[in-house]
Amino acid sequence: MAEAAKVIRIQRAGEPARNVAQKPMRIVLFVLGFFALLLCGPARLRAQSECLACHGDASMTDTNGHSIAVDGKVFGESIHGSLKCNDCHANIKEYPHPEQVAKVECKNCHADQASALAGSVHGDSKDHPCTSCHGSAHKIFPKTDSRSAVYPLNVPNTCGQCHSNEGMAKKHGLASVYPKYIDSIHGFALSKEGLLVAANCQSCHGSHNILSHKDPKSPTFKTNIPNTCGQCHAKINDDYMSGAHGKGVAKGDLKAPVCTDCHTAHEILQPTEAAFRMQSTPICGSCHTDKLSTYHDTFHSQLGLLGGYVETARCWDCHGAHKILPASDPRSPINKANLVATCGACHKGANVSFVQYQPHANARDRKLNPEIYFVRLFMNLLLAGTLTFFIIHTILWLIRARYNQIKEKSQGGGKNA
Amino acid sequence: MLDLEQEAAARQAKSSGRFFMRFTREQRYMHAVLFTSFLGLAGTGLPLRFSDSIWARGLAKGVGGFGAILFFHKFFAVVLSIAFLLHVKEIFQRGIMHRQKGVFWGPNSMVANWKDVKDLVAHLRWFVGLGKRPQFDRYAYWEKFDYWAVFWGMIVIGFSGYAMWFAPFFAHFLPGWALNAVLVIHSEEGLLAILFIFSIHFVNTHLRPDSFPMDMVVFTGVESEEEFKHKRPMEYERLVKEGKLEARLGEAPQTWLVNFSRVVGTIAILIGLTLLVLTLTAYFS
Repeated sequence: MAEAAKVIRIQRAGEPARNVAQKPMRIVLFVLGFFALLLCGPARLRAQSECLACHGDASMTDTNGHSIAVDGKVFGESIHGSLKCNDCHANIKEYPHPEQVAKVECKNCHADQASALAGSVHGDSKDHPCTSCHGSAHKIFPKTDSRSAVYPLNVPNTCGQCHSNEGMAKKHGLASVYPKYIDSIHGFALSKEGLLVAANCQSCHGSHNILSHKDPKSPTFKTNIPNTCGQCHAKINDDYMSGAHGKGVAKGDLKAPVCTDCHTAHEILQPTEAAFRMQSTPICGSCHTDKLSTYHDTFHSQLGLLGGYVETARCWDCHGAHKILPASDPRSPINKANLVATCGACHKGANVSFVQYQPHANARDRKLNPEIYFVRLFMNLLLAGTLTFFIIHTILWLIRARYNQIKEKSQGGGKNA
Repeated sequence: MLDLEQEAAARQAKSSGRFFMRFTREQRYMHAVLFTSFLGLAGTGLPLRFSDSIWARGLAKGVGGFGAILFFHKFFAVVLSIAFLLHVKEIFQRGIMHRQKGVFWGPNSMVANWKDVKDLVAHLRWFVGLGKRPQFDRYAYWEKFDYWAVFWGMIVIGFSGYAMWFAPFFAHFLPGWALNAVLVIHSEEGLLAILFIFSIHFVNTHLRPDSFPMDMVVFTGVESEEEFKHKRPMEYERLVKEGKLEARLGEAPQTWLVNFSRVVGTIAILIGLTLLVLTLTAYFS
């Protein structure tokens, strides 16, 4: 009751009269209003049952044909079930009520959420900002209730109402993210396993205060992403932050990759999956172009490029995935002391001389790899020399043999004629 | 093309009807094993060498992914290695154990001699009309080159291949950079072998006007007297002089063998030429 009275008071206070009222006057008004409520309220504003006498009829519609029916039972169980109808439909005080009913202002109670929403990417939405996500106004449940549209397992569907829509995605310059998410490792955990802790949309984007990834305050802004993912993947975040990429990001280097650069934002695949292994190397190579080119010269890459063979070493099989450290660091898997173990993960019997193999040798670089440079030079000269000589030899031979054949034929023909 | 075939038929018509042995049954089988395993190695090796080209991925997929490609590559490698070792064993037995004459020198040997150098120069002069066509003996210089190219190629490609296959073992006695070098050697030498066999050997031995469309002697083992005389007059005259010509007489090849060999040979040449085109497109793109 007291709560309800407060709501009404706020509503009244919002009227223009307030602006001219002086302070003592306000107190008087307040007291008068309070007593008016106590005296008249119960008489005019009965419980939900009074409204439901009409609106409980499921077929009830307004003049435009929109349903104005309310399922009293569901509403009673909903989070707002203890409120009276005109706690929200504030301008209805008596029956019959006016034809035009004032718009329900959720922000009157949910002021923090409303202001967060106003500053978000959804702030200028034409649709009702609250019910778009929370569902039908009379069926709002707490987010821990599986009937709630914002229950973790329901969030992707709720957001997907708009974000799986190609047209809407195009209009706002967004990727159609829902289909990608739902096939991702997070999407599977959520939809197949029903893992409540699996990341859903709002785990990363927030709920009311969703900001563009270009906004430095957004949890999806590049430098904030490691912390956002780190909310769940804490150990990996620690590893990442102590690695070269994490240190780069911490220093504000926007070129350093964050989680989403390798794993993508929505399509996130299980890293052991063939598809991820096949796509991961070019991602590293988009910055480390010189390393990608020397990697392409190796057996690892040649095998790896042919579909169906995914076991050969990708960048992170040797360098580590998150805690990427320079070879000089004794903790690095590519530190000299660790190479036998690192290579040995695939190559059974790897030994100290085996790991002298250079996975990024550049046969075109005379200073860096002189031995391989000269081997390649010798092989190329052998190849070019042999072929050049014999191609000339063969072409001359072909011409001469054909010439002789034609000559013989014409002579032979002459004799026989 | 039709013209050339008609000419070949005309030559057959003028034939004495006598056929002479050139290759033994073992040598023909060796050639068959050699070219089938070589085609297999080339077909499974090229997708690796040019793994970023579309056809390589298609081919790999068609064979059953890279795992299958590697299996077949190793399988053919072992087959070819065994054939090579059998050949070396035979040469060793004939030349060293039994002290057979003419294995390492003379007209029946594959070892190059001064005549080969003279033949090469004379042949080149004949190409441009500066002299007479040299008279070849049993093995001409380009045939010896083919033989030694394959011999050297098998040692180099084989050794580098096994070094990659059993890298941790080879690492015990090879320097670190050698593990990098073996891939360079294997792929370059393999490429040379493929380009050489599928262009130079094909043309010199099978597609040139004297043999077009293919020299059947390596399949049937025999050749007509006319062909023998025309291609290797020196050997023919030597045999006549030594009175050994009759000993080399063979039987005319059976029709089924000629037809079967034509089909097999044509398929082999077509596969080779296809691989050659694919290699060249990948190499120059």
